[in-house]
Amino acid sequence: MTRENKPTNEPVMEVRNITKEFPGVKALDDVSVKFYPGEVHAVVGENGAGKSTLMKVMAGAYIADEGDVLLQGEKVQFPHPQVAQEQGVSIIYQELNLLPERTVAQNIFLGREPSRFGLVDSRALNEATLDVLERLDSEDTISPSAMLNTLSVAEQQIVEIAKAISFDSKVLIMDEPTAALSSNEVDILVRLVERLKARGIALIFISHRLKEVFDLADKITVLKDGQLVDTVNPKDVNTGDVIHMMVGRELNQFFPPLAEPGDIGDTVLSISDGANDFLKNINLELRAGEIVGVSGLQGSGRTELAEALFGAEPFKQGTLEINGLNTPVRSPAQAIKLNMGFVTEDRKSQGIFPNQSLRDNMLVTVRALQRLLAQVKRDGVRKNPDLVPTLGEQVDVRASGYDQEVQYLSGGNQQKVVLAKWLAPDTEVLIFDEPTRGIDVEAKASIHEMIRDLAKQGAAIMMVSSELPEIVGMSDRIIVMWDGTITGELPAKSSEAEIMVLATGYENGDKKDAELVMESKS
Amino acid sequence: MTALSLENIQKRLRTSRIPPVYLMLVAILVVSLVLDQIYGRGQMIDPTILTNILVRSVALGIVAIGQTFVMIAASIDLSVAYLISVTAVMSSFLMQGDPARVPMAVAVVFGIGALVGLVNGLIITKLKVNAFIATLGTGLILKGALNASFSNFTGAVPESFQTLGYGRWGPVPISIIVLFAIAIVAGFVLYRTKFGAHLYGIGGNEVVARLSGLRTDRVVIIAHIVCSMSAVMTGLFVVSRLRSGAPWIGPDGLYDLESIAAVVVGGTALSGGVGSVAGTLAGVVIFGILDTAFNQLGVDTFLKSVLRGAIIILAVASYTIRSRREAS
Repeated sequence: MTRENKPTNEPVMEVRNITKEFPGVKALDDVSVKFYPGEVHAVVGENGAGKSTLMKVMAGAYIADEGDVLLQGEKVQFPHPQVAQEQGVSIIYQELNLLPERTVAQNIFLGREPSRFGLVDSRALNEATLDVLERLDSEDTISPSAMLNTLSVAEQQIVEIAKAISFDSKVLIMDEPTAALSSNEVDILVRLVERLKARGIALIFISHRLKEVFDLADKITVLKDGQLVDTVNPKDVNTGDVIHMMVGRELNQFFPPLAEPGDIGDTVLSISDGANDFLKNINLELRAGEIVGVSGLQGSGRTELAEALFGAEPFKQGTLEINGLNTPVRSPAQAIKLNMGFVTEDRKSQGIFPNQSLRDNMLVTVRALQRLLAQVKRDGVRKNPDLVPTLGEQVDVRASGYDQEVQYLSGGNQQKVVLAKWLAPDTEVLIFDEPTRGIDVEAKASIHEMIRDLAKQGAAIMMVSSELPEIVGMSDRIIVMWDGTITGELPAKSSEAEIMVLATGYENGDKKDAELVMESKS
Repeated sequence: MTALSLENIQKRLRTSRIPPVYLMLVAILVVSLVLDQIYGRGQMIDPTILTNILVRSVALGIVAIGQTFVMIAASIDLSVAYLISVTAVMSSFLMQGDPARVPMAVAVVFGIGALVGLVNGLIITKLKVNAFIATLGTGLILKGALNASFSNFTGAVPESFQTLGYGRWGPVPISIIVLFAIAIVAGFVLYRTKFGAHLYGIGGNEVVARLSGLRTDRVVIIAHIVCSMSAVMTGLFVVSRLRSGAPWIGPDGLYDLESIAAVVVGGTALSGGVGSVAGTLAGVVIFGILDTAFNQLGVDTFLKSVLRGAIIILAVASYTIRSRREAS
């Protein structure tokens, strides 16, 4: 490896005194940051702190009201993301922006297909794709002619990165690159980042996962309310310091206290020998007042377990008992009648009606239980007109009113509306799938507190999460899944390492697969 | 070597990537021929009748290929039926049976087609009107304009022009050659050109396409011009068969809904991003075989309609069942 790639003192990109205002909000206020080649620079802050706005200004999606963007010492103006990309500044958004029904090569070079007289030169296209994949050391695992929808999420992310660097990027911006990845997929990404770093590319990423930030970043920039708090070296600070900078108050208590032995009541739901197309051998009990954390890698069946219990993808075998009675749940409608609730993983497509009001969103479960011709009044419910305001206060949602459309709320507030929807009927069993994904620190803490309160009031709770700290911090009991089955049950406060051993299938007696998993991690 | 056991074949069918429309085409052809042998007059196996199936498919085939373009881009065109009427009426009206006037008439109708496609595309991309409503609107405008000016068969095409509809090149009908030529050009444009790649991109995800630097509006507008041009070609073919155009021939031929049905049966997703010319042609030929088989077997007209409807639903259901299986 040549030495010329080592970080120099010249920033490759710099923002100076950037200010950007939207109607009613100052999204960025006099922010100045320098980004150096071969450096991983994390940008952290609560939702609404201005991280995404800053990234979009740098990538040409927004134009700053005041201040300058400098690329290699020269002032630049990007009227369109395309221009930024051509000059070497690429951005990867949180949602994958790829076409599932097209090949890897077609995706990477969409809009820039090598061509002669308008005809796509497929040989040149394949060669160029191989070349880009080689730079990421992925030419053996990803074929240029593979259909995108046959790849795993992590592989798709590699394709997205390949697309970005195919512009000969000097600066690569990633908005929450790991949000959709499981732990060992994150490791693949980490190795990629190392490679890109060695090539002298300046990497900038936004993340809500502070552990990752500390593992990866050479510099951390903290934003708060549109202002720059500081740019620090992770060696000089610890997680607590950074959180302090982000929220301006010490969050020494991340999680509410666990349940006392006396808080846990009778078994509300139990499944024995449950199985369907995705799951096998499921034995599980949920008890009143207890939070059961479900951990596992992507594809381990953790979401499928939640869907099976809620009747979305029902169990085909096994005995499901609710309050001691044999009750097979065949559909979500039936589950709701049995006082079950399910806060889904994908809020946008499965949790909310974005263009309907807070009120209608909160009342949808109550209305599902009513007769078809039940009268709907303006306040939503006839017998209990205070229901909506009560729910709103209970979940502490911040909105201009209950008639506001939910799409205009922040992610955290949307999640609170989803929660309110399940609190509306008297829910006894609540299933959460990734309850705090993509939500800022403060909203996260308040949602954790709400989940604990629900348990205290006697609900049986199952919480699926890919974030190990969340599992360890919240669970009174932890179950770990691997390959569609439960590989073990751990007591509260077990270590992340213990969970990972079970999640990689080591205890399952199938050493071969487990070793493969471990190998791909090293 | 793998044994050709029944189980093996089943497994292969289940895992093959051959779109179900081709299997369906073969199945329908075989079943039709067998039924014809048992209950009909047993004439369907005759090459002339089989060729006739193709000739009958030409009119629908050409416009369905155009429809494939817009539907891959996640758009749709409901105005084609009225544009076919406009083309047929205008061309026979302008030609007045005079071979010398043919080039002028053809130029005029293609001009009208390009204009209609451009207007459709502009309404959809610039005014952001849903494609269904936009093309329904332009279709109704064409219908009104046509009915205000013409009420019956008007003018005639010269005999030489009817070669398009009835001529043969050796044993092969010219119309079939025309259809296949158009299909090959269309396939080439879709699979081998940047325009084609961009169409699939836009249909797959418009946001992705725009962020990748595609000028999405322009591509969608061109797709609509292509689709309208294909309707004009169908119109010219129809009038060459009928000798004269009347305002009702487009809507009576159900070219709008049938072209959409053929495209969807052929594997193009209504949501865009996937689809092929070969699939569309297979869809069109399935309809042709059904028509012929029903005629040979003397099936009641109303029952025909019921069976066609059922087959369209079955075909589309087979795609969703397959993609669900692939997803799991």
